[in-house]
Amino acid sequence: MAQMPPVAEAPPASQLDLEDIGIGPGGPGGGRDGERGPGDRGRPVPQRSYVTGLTMGLAAILMFFMALVSAFIVRKGLSDDWRAFPLPPILWVNTAILLASSVTIEVARRRLARLDISGFRHWWGMTTALGLLFVAGQLVAWRQLVHEGIYLATNPSSSFFYLLTAAHGVHLLGGIIALFVIGLRSWQNARVTRSTATEMAAIYWHFMDGLWIFLFLLLMMGQ
Amino acid sequence: MSAHAHPVSHHGAAPQGFIRRYIFSTNHKVIGIQYWLLALTAVSVGMLLSWLFRTHLAWPHFAIPGFGGAMRPEQYLALVTMHGTIMVFFVLTVAPQSGFGNYFLPIQIGADDMAFPTLNMLSFWVTAVAFFVLISAFFVPGGAPINGWTSYPTLSAVGPIAGPGQGTGETLWVISIGLFCLASLLTALNFIATTIEMRAEGMALMRMPLTVWAWFVTAIVALLAFGVLLAGCILLLLDRTAGTSFFIPAGLVFSDTQPPLNHAGGSPLLWEHLFWFFGHPEVYIAILPSMGVVSTVLSTFSRKPVFGYKAMAYALCAIAFMGFTVWGHHMFVSGMSPYSALAFSFLTLAIGVPSAIKTFNWLGTLWGGKIQFTSAMLFAIGFVSMFVTGGLSGLFLAQPAVDLPLHDTYFVIAHFHIVMGVAAIFGIFAGTYYWYPKMFGRCMNEKLGKLHFWFTFIGAYLIFMPMHWMGIMGALRRYAQPGGLAFLQRMAPIEHFITIAALITGAAQLFFYWNFFWSLRHGEKAGENPWHATTLEWSIPSPPPPENFLEVPRVYRGPYEYSVPGYQEDYIPQHLAPEQVAKAGS
Repeated sequence: MAQMPPVAEAPPASQLDLEDIGIGPGGPGGGRDGERGPGDRGRPVPQRSYVTGLTMGLAAILMFFMALVSAFIVRKGLSDDWRAFPLPPILWVNTAILLASSVTIEVARRRLARLDISGFRHWWGMTTALGLLFVAGQLVAWRQLVHEGIYLATNPSSSFFYLLTAAHGVHLLGGIIALFVIGLRSWQNARVTRSTATEMAAIYWHFMDGLWIFLFLLLMMGQ
Repeated sequence: MSAHAHPVSHHGAAPQGFIRRYIFSTNHKVIGIQYWLLALTAVSVGMLLSWLFRTHLAWPHFAIPGFGGAMRPEQYLALVTMHGTIMVFFVLTVAPQSGFGNYFLPIQIGADDMAFPTLNMLSFWVTAVAFFVLISAFFVPGGAPINGWTSYPTLSAVGPIAGPGQGTGETLWVISIGLFCLASLLTALNFIATTIEMRAEGMALMRMPLTVWAWFVTAIVALLAFGVLLAGCILLLLDRTAGTSFFIPAGLVFSDTQPPLNHAGGSPLLWEHLFWFFGHPEVYIAILPSMGVVSTVLSTFSRKPVFGYKAMAYALCAIAFMGFTVWGHHMFVSGMSPYSALAFSFLTLAIGVPSAIKTFNWLGTLWGGKIQFTSAMLFAIGFVSMFVTGGLSGLFLAQPAVDLPLHDTYFVIAHFHIVMGVAAIFGIFAGTYYWYPKMFGRCMNEKLGKLHFWFTFIGAYLIFMPMHWMGIMGALRRYAQPGGLAFLQRMAPIEHFITIAALITGAAQLFFYWNFFWSLRHGEKAGENPWHATTLEWSIPSPPPPENFLEVPRVYRGPYEYSVPGYQEDYIPQHLAPEQVAKAGS
């Protein structure tokens, strides 16, 4: 997706419906948290800072997961009580669903770039639905393990399985909330433009997708 | 304060109502002061706790009111644990980074606020909740945890069987630190995004004040370190509450009346690795912001540029990077392979290089300067003194062969209190005396400030220097009853001396409290730039209006242009256009 022009400049008329109305200096509602009244001299926050902030957040999330993964490797290597168990096959379906959602979110962003708003909403909604489906599928995988008598505390291998899938699921739920908000937002008082918001959601979504592939491989082959 | 000083011109811009303005404010300056006051509350609690356990160490049979007779070992250990946790997390991490950083980072780079003000407010309130969760551990059945601020398993993982405070108290500890990690991560990403994206025109990286460099680098360290501790806390919480065995080995027996615990295969070492992978960078999170403050204060009150500005910035980056490679030196006594101990040892000694660069550049900054001994300057020089003293004992401890006998003694207590605790506190004091006029529009009293400095400076050495000797003589850490061992009984006079020094030094902090609150109303009016300093915060009114800058700032030069030959004034502010700067004789 091409970058939008800096918001401090007046956007061309054709893009007006894509830009956040409240973002510019002196715009209605002010640019920040409603702290600035109309006509106040507040400078807008550069749109790139949202992407930078998100990138930093992802770096922190990566460190969090790498700590868990290194704990996984150390805990497995140090002990003789590790018992592998077959992963529920539904994880393959879930993985396919998540991969598909990474495609649909890109299709949605392309529709947005072509100003096809209804197409955007359609594909964006589909991405959200696929995300929810993935989470539901993960819960089904948990149910199947529980039916087989494999619980959180059964074995370190199952402890890490539940922990990693739960941690990933919680992060993905955060992404789903973002997808909902972006899909339903009226954009009257938002602080980020629609293009930046969708870009951020897509970066986060792909990251969670890639992270899941990594965790899935780890759980499948590392066990 | 700002409301009183600027009743007219900026009312329209500030949010209305006390709660939006001072409690749930999104303004970075209010949040900075909130963090600072949280740290002041925390440091007061932490210091009172240290008074209590120091009193016990000197007079073990003295019945301190509220303890039901002489202090019991578990009470002593709870005090030590909470003292360490409060000081490291809620004072040394909160005040220099989140406190001063929030207030001054946006102003010093010429921004109106942080990049994400709402997130900023959220970070503060999560930190505040974390503090209250921690303090609440004192008031639950069993009391506060007793496993030290490092919370090592197995003691921390098995619940009340390991001691009274290891039940609910330790669970609260884990939750509190988990919340603290979360808040610190959000603060860190906010700082980084703000520094990268919000700098004013002309504020190139190599024109940033060293304070900004320090907050920026510290934020990167925090961003990469706190997630690891958060992961460790989650594993620990699961071991405690869900029956998992991440850290708890098999066949653990705590007493002959209890069966072995139903756990298997866990590794307490795993926690130590996760904890210290965070824990060593954490000591740099505590000290780097103070290094930034000290660089600026030394330059301002020597009326000289910082010696080797670029080297100072690069040394900050080097210390931060190398700080991630040395965590194993906290674990020499854990039975690690001598080869990895050697690697950790060399890497640790190598941090001496950028640390020495900083130290010599501070001395080079002072050299030949027109030194003004303000309270801020005294504390900055005191910081250098403490950093050198504590750094030198660090070179001892970096060597496994020396660390093995010293590790569990008072020598280590002395080392890290001086180099990280006292030095960082001196940086906080230097920053407070230096920026108080900007924050509140009035100066703190210099006479009281100097009294405060000399009591604190001499007192800190009197408290911690004897601990080196005690450590070399074999005085063990974490012993609630040192008098129980014959060879430790001979040290009773030293214990008395240290405790008396601690009580007096602690009492001398009343100079600071009094000075701080008295000066809010009665201090000398400061004006825009009382120190004739150069960075952007001194170009705006004191205290600054809610939106900071009345005109969009532009930066024309580096941050430490003092005593530049050929100019009328001995300082050239960063924001003055070249044509506005008066030449000598004009």
